[in-house]
Amino acid sequence: MRYLPLTESDRRAMLDVIGAKDVDELFRDVPAAARLAEALPLPRHQGEMEVERAFTRMAHKNLSAGCAPFFIGAGVYRHHIPASLDQLLLRGEFLTAYTPYQPEVSQGTLQALFQFQTQVAMITGMDVANASMYDGATAAAEAAIMACRVTKRNRVILSGTLHPHYVETTETSLRYTEMTAEALPPDPLGFEDLLGRIDAATACVVVQNPGFFGGVKDLRPLAAACHGAGALLVVMVAEPTSLGLFDSPGAMGADIVVAEGQSLGIGMNFGGPGLGLFATRDKFVRQMPGRLAGQTVDVDGKRGWVLTLSTREQHIRREKATSNICTNSGLCALAFSIHLTLLGETGYARLAELNHAAAVRLEGKLKAVKGLRVLAGSYYNEFAVHLGDDVDAAQVVDALADRGILGGVPASRFWPSWPELRPVLILAATETNTEADMDSLVSALKEVLS
Amino acid sequence: MSGQPTLSGNRGLQIEEKLIFEMDNPGSVAVDLPEPGPIDLDRMGGVARRGRIGLPDLSEPQVVRHFTRLSQKNYGIDSGFYPLGSCTMKHNPRLSEKMARLPGLADLHPLQPQKTVQGALEVIDSLAFWLKELTGLPAIAMSPAAGAHGEWCGLMAIRAAHEDRGEGHRRRMLVPESAHGTNPASAAMCGFTVDPIPAKDNGRVDLDAMKAKLGPDVAGLMLTNPNTCGLFESEIIEIAAAIHGAGGYFYCDGANFNAIVGRVRVADLGIDCMHINLHKTFSTPHGGGGPGAGPTVLSAALAPYAPVPYVVHGPQGLELVEGAREGAKPFGRVKGFHGQFGVFVRALAYIASMGADGLRQASGDAVLNANYLQASLSDALTASFDGPCMHEALFDDRFLKDTGVTTLDFAKALIDEGYHPMTMYFPLVVHGALLMEPTETESRETLDQFIAVVKGLAGRAKAGAAEDFKAAPRLTPRRRLDETLAARAPVLRWKAST
Amino acid sequence: MSDTRFTKDHEWISVAGDIGTIGISDHAQHALGDIVFVELPEIGRHLAQGAEAAVVESVKAASEVYSPASGEVIAINQAIADQPGLVNEGAEGAAWFFKIRLSDPAELAGLMDRATYDGYLKTLE
Repeated sequence: MRYLPLTESDRRAMLDVIGAKDVDELFRDVPAAARLAEALPLPRHQGEMEVERAFTRMAHKNLSAGCAPFFIGAGVYRHHIPASLDQLLLRGEFLTAYTPYQPEVSQGTLQALFQFQTQVAMITGMDVANASMYDGATAAAEAAIMACRVTKRNRVILSGTLHPHYVETTETSLRYTEMTAEALPPDPLGFEDLLGRIDAATACVVVQNPGFFGGVKDLRPLAAACHGAGALLVVMVAEPTSLGLFDSPGAMGADIVVAEGQSLGIGMNFGGPGLGLFATRDKFVRQMPGRLAGQTVDVDGKRGWVLTLSTREQHIRREKATSNICTNSGLCALAFSIHLTLLGETGYARLAELNHAAAVRLEGKLKAVKGLRVLAGSYYNEFAVHLGDDVDAAQVVDALADRGILGGVPASRFWPSWPELRPVLILAATETNTEADMDSLVSALKEVLS
Repeated sequence: MSGQPTLSGNRGLQIEEKLIFEMDNPGSVAVDLPEPGPIDLDRMGGVARRGRIGLPDLSEPQVVRHFTRLSQKNYGIDSGFYPLGSCTMKHNPRLSEKMARLPGLADLHPLQPQKTVQGALEVIDSLAFWLKELTGLPAIAMSPAAGAHGEWCGLMAIRAAHEDRGEGHRRRMLVPESAHGTNPASAAMCGFTVDPIPAKDNGRVDLDAMKAKLGPDVAGLMLTNPNTCGLFESEIIEIAAAIHGAGGYFYCDGANFNAIVGRVRVADLGIDCMHINLHKTFSTPHGGGGPGAGPTVLSAALAPYAPVPYVVHGPQGLELVEGAREGAKPFGRVKGFHGQFGVFVRALAYIASMGADGLRQASGDAVLNANYLQASLSDALTASFDGPCMHEALFDDRFLKDTGVTTLDFAKALIDEGYHPMTMYFPLVVHGALLMEPTETESRETLDQFIAVVKGLAGRAKAGAAEDFKAAPRLTPRRRLDETLAARAPVLRWKAST
Repeated sequence: MSDTRFTKDHEWISVAGDIGTIGISDHAQHALGDIVFVELPEIGRHLAQGAEAAVVESVKAASEVYSPASGEVIAINQAIADQPGLVNEGAEGAAWFFKIRLSDPAELAGLMDRATYDGYLKTLE
């Protein structure tokens, strides 16, 4: 077996040193009744060729995004990833290293994390960012919990603009605690009244911008209302390329910014792994969950980096830790950082413009589809459309798939029991979409809706 | 000559590397993007960005060289022996990477119509099948993102099961003192209070002390097995019977499942749920801290409470259940979408490569390698417990008594010898712990060389070379770093003025 | 500091009139190592005996400071919050943590005097 270096003669010689008859003897602490005498009756080992064949077969059962006009977003976005990124990611010193607890042999990971933290703080407009959470959903939940810790209050308001998975994950996280979540209904038109709900018991309001249905808002009035009531404003960014074009949440007054970082440098991978971004103000840093890389010097006075402020974390604080998180999304953070480094200030802004322009172009073309109306008045690279009162968007998406087009996400996939959302379809356009893709979508929609 | 400073500050292959922010060359581009079409300011909600962010501009050659140089300041499994106890640093097959990059698996959106992703659902279903077979438990929650997340998921299922039976008052979770810190932290997040249970002199749970803690408010027990001392809990069946007898559930922390996979099914030990670190047992890369994956197997009693989503076999093929369904009482959702799919592909490719026979051989070799280390080093170091260990060998610092050398110094000296240190000062139940996990992917030659080095260092420590140890490491890009300074005056990001 | 009394959690309290000054023992600062962070209670907060009042952290450890007696917090030592290293230099003197107005001086009888505390430390070795 190619991954196992020991030969039978190695094993024999090693057992002699140990003074054991056979390997089974080393398992003598296992209750005899539970010991398996031989391998389970399951498939045996295979060579690379056989494994590749089996996986290629499974891969061919899927319609991959590159093989279809593709307009799906809703929390995972398809962007072009520069070729150099994956080559760097595959360097074994990054790929096969552990968490950088031994700083002398981990300066590469640590410096990369320090740069990542800086980039995240910059684009979110915050003072400080951590070294990552699992994904956007868990970052949102952790932000709500942190806001309760900071304010010593227990009520969390979740906007109807928040991705439904983030809502569910946050509700689940609070389910067996003193904290409660009040989730507002889905808000495709941007009409919800958050300001009227904030009171002296509110720990935070969690709002997504651009919203789940695409809308972009100035959050300054909301920030002022939160702060006036002693609550925090948590802003979720599900599409971080948008920050190349819009004011940062920090500039609008956010106290905690969380994001799903998948858009930059990380493939879609059927939804995981993602990358949770988490940023806040300096004054709250000790209430933050997750690892932090910090700058220091070595015994020779040279600049270097270590993991720091670890007393917040589970391996020291145990049940009093700010979170139970240990393993995070290290390699995804590296991918995000490499992509943002390749883009730079110039490329990041350009990428965001391209995305917005793609959506504007798509909106323009969709005017040709009778009965369809775009719901959002403002958007980045994604918007919800209403297909007509009697239309079931799920059936339309299904019919588009039959024509080889991956044409958005029906809102009913998340809210199956909301009839008013049945005709709502969420469409995204990114820099990867061509004119021809859009024309295919439009003509197929016309056909399906006629 | 070797100590003479160079003009550049570099030393051969050790090249000093600035921060990207210090290399900014405005106007440089590393990505050629087309001219954007018209931007519609009316569509931007009045919040179009004004002003710069401050990101540096670099060219592609600079970026590639920068990150390559950073990588060279790291030690990975590809670099050498990484005996980091409890972390399972073993060879990461590149076939798994190749499979995870097949466009038909990588370039898929989680919200595509299900009929267009039957192959992806097959990956999830096949991996779930293997994990259930290998543990003997009938159900699984695939979505947890890492070990600690799986712990929380399992404990949420336990809490939900108690609530559903009208026993929501069961809030006390028994956790051994030697547990990973994630265990009490996860328990606290489910509203449980943590009640520590002591260990016996042989490093195992004190069964009598545990029984004395049982009562009508006990929700369950969290136990790592093999435990954090690298020992199998030999009374585990009695432990399971005791916790079940008291109306509680038995959570197993599966961080060390790699020691027993293919040799023991945890269902046969009386365990109700266990998370599995795919990045340990099934050899997906640790990536400098993640991503991992922590699927959690569940007994029939806990199965109804499994979180969404999950895959079922339906009339039209595989179906992803994302919401309420007859007979199920999911406690909720633990993350976005359907789990760490990219990690699933790698783990399944590893499992397919190893097969049932290979997995059993791997756990046997892992335990053999650890016992070989323990036996070979027992003269030079002080083993904490008698008898065979499982996948890791635990030593304490008695062998360093009166040498002036600490466990930390000893570990740092190993760095200069070309090794990643072992785990230090964990588990806490042993003084000055040195925990070594060789894994099954190390050759006898590698182990013999390591053994010789460790013996040599122990000899030097006893011969009074404490000052040399205190000065180690000398040969790394950076020597010992001032962690006190880092924590007292935190600098957590670069700023233009500094 | 002959009137200083100690707890099993290594806090000390020194009383003048109805004001108690509270800190951590020299043994505690030594066991923690380099102190990097101190969090102090809010002035005006009422603490019950044994309540969590402050936090003291080194790089690898965090420890709660419990109030040795009940009372209202009337002063905090901002200097140690600004420069946590002071705790390593003068734990039982200048690096006091906070002062309370005692609400039940009788509680002090349950604490250890210096000699008893020294004896207690010997049992921990």
